Amino acid sequence: MDKVTRLVSEKGIVIFSKSSCCMCYAVIILFKELGVKPLVHEIDEDPEGREIEKALMRLGCNAPVPAVFIGGTLVGSTNEVMSLHLKG
Amino acid sequence: MSSASTQLITSRKMGIYDPFQQVSMWEDPFKGDISPNTGASTILQVDAGLPNKSEFNSHELTGPSRNDEEGNNTADKVRRRLAQNREAARKSRLRKKAYVQQLETSRLKLAQLELELEKARKQGVYVGSALDTSHLGFSGNVNSGIAAFEMEYAHWVEEQNRQIFELRNALQAHVTEIELRMLVESGLNHYHNLFRMKADAAKADVFYLMSGVWRTTTERFFLWIGGFRPSELLNVLRPQLEPLTDQQVLSVCNLRQSSQQAEDALSLGMEKLQQSLAHSIGAESVLAGNYGSQMAAAMEKLEALEGFVNQADHLRQQTLQQMSRILTTHQAARGLLALGEYFHRLRALSSLWAARPREPE
Repeated sequence: MDKVTRLVSEKGIVIFSKSSCCMCYAVIILFKELGVKPLVHEIDEDPEGREIEKALMRLGCNAPVPAVFIGGTLVGSTNEVMSLHLKG
Repeated sequence: MSSASTQLITSRKMGIYDPFQQVSMWEDPFKGDISPNTGASTILQVDAGLPNKSEFNSHELTGPSRNDEEGNNTADKVRRRLAQNREAARKSRLRKKAYVQQLETSRLKLAQLELELEKARKQGVYVGSALDTSHLGFSGNVNSGIAAFEMEYAHWVEEQNRQIFELRNALQAHVTEIELRMLVESGLNHYHNLFRMKADAAKADVFYLMSGVWRTTTERFFLWIGGFRPSELLNVLRPQLEPLTDQQVLSVCNLRQSSQQAEDALSLGMEKLQQSLAHSIGAESVLAGNYGSQMAAAMEKLEALEGFVNQADHLRQQTLQQMSRILTTHQAARGLLALGEYFHRLRALSSLWAARPREPE
């Protein structure tokens, strides 16, 4: 989806989240702990949120949020982020 | 046989794990107590081509004999195997008995609860009817899912104790790298099974898992989102893995730090969940219409709990995997042994604590 691709190319780390999702919050905190400032996009505060959610599911995410993109590529959800983090 | 293994057997029979004895035995792994012949015959025969991981015990009976002493030792092993089988069968019967008793008590309890509920309804206590029937129906599923978990977990603990015993013997007998690797894989697999069991239990009743009632009291003391903290366990293990190369020291340090960061993130996520749950329940208006949607929002929050427990277990699992990559086979075996012994000691401590003499009332 256009909007998704446009957003993910904007900055290094982009996270799609929902303001009500506490797991998203945890993932965002993790990046901040590492001294990184990810670009967070709350899709429940976006009028096109539904579309974004569908696009994320189509890209292969089981749960639409949190969806983490690094350098324009989909890294995955919490599982993938945690695994990568532990590997260094 | 050497005195070392006799000591092992007696302390096991006593059922009391003697940490100091084990530690002193462990400190002298290279003392020539164990003759090379005994060592060779206690090594389980493994054909090079077979990738059989956990069933290597069966090779004891079918492996080709290497020397004259092999004949006697095979008969011993057969006897030992038969005794183990009898023991396992006895334990299985006891387990089944306990399980059936548990089911009976649960059945009685359920009948009691239904009566009480009927009474409460008649007395006009507010109980939303839709929630009611679903609650009863759900609790039916919960019981069976959780009862199954309890049984599986008891079995899991027994199996872990057996694996620890086997690991200890293998390390003292200086088995080959391949055999040690197999034991390490079994150990890691065993933990993998635990996490699978916990995932199923979380679906049945995440609060049950989070409460830690399925663990002993001292283990519960360390409870963090349904289990142990990976970083804490790494701290416990590290001294027992020496000597480590500089690269390994660095890797383990980094792993511990990464785990700590992930744990902190998850903890903060949990706090946020608590806050937002409290907020959604504690809202001002208790009008009939709002109540329904409030409860629905709160239910959604509770559902998120399962996600947190799964992530915590995922963290534990990944930490284990990373460690197995950083360490050599021998170090990994020692690590698994140390971990198993640590848990065993915690459980023993719980029993001691429960049995401690108290002031008469």
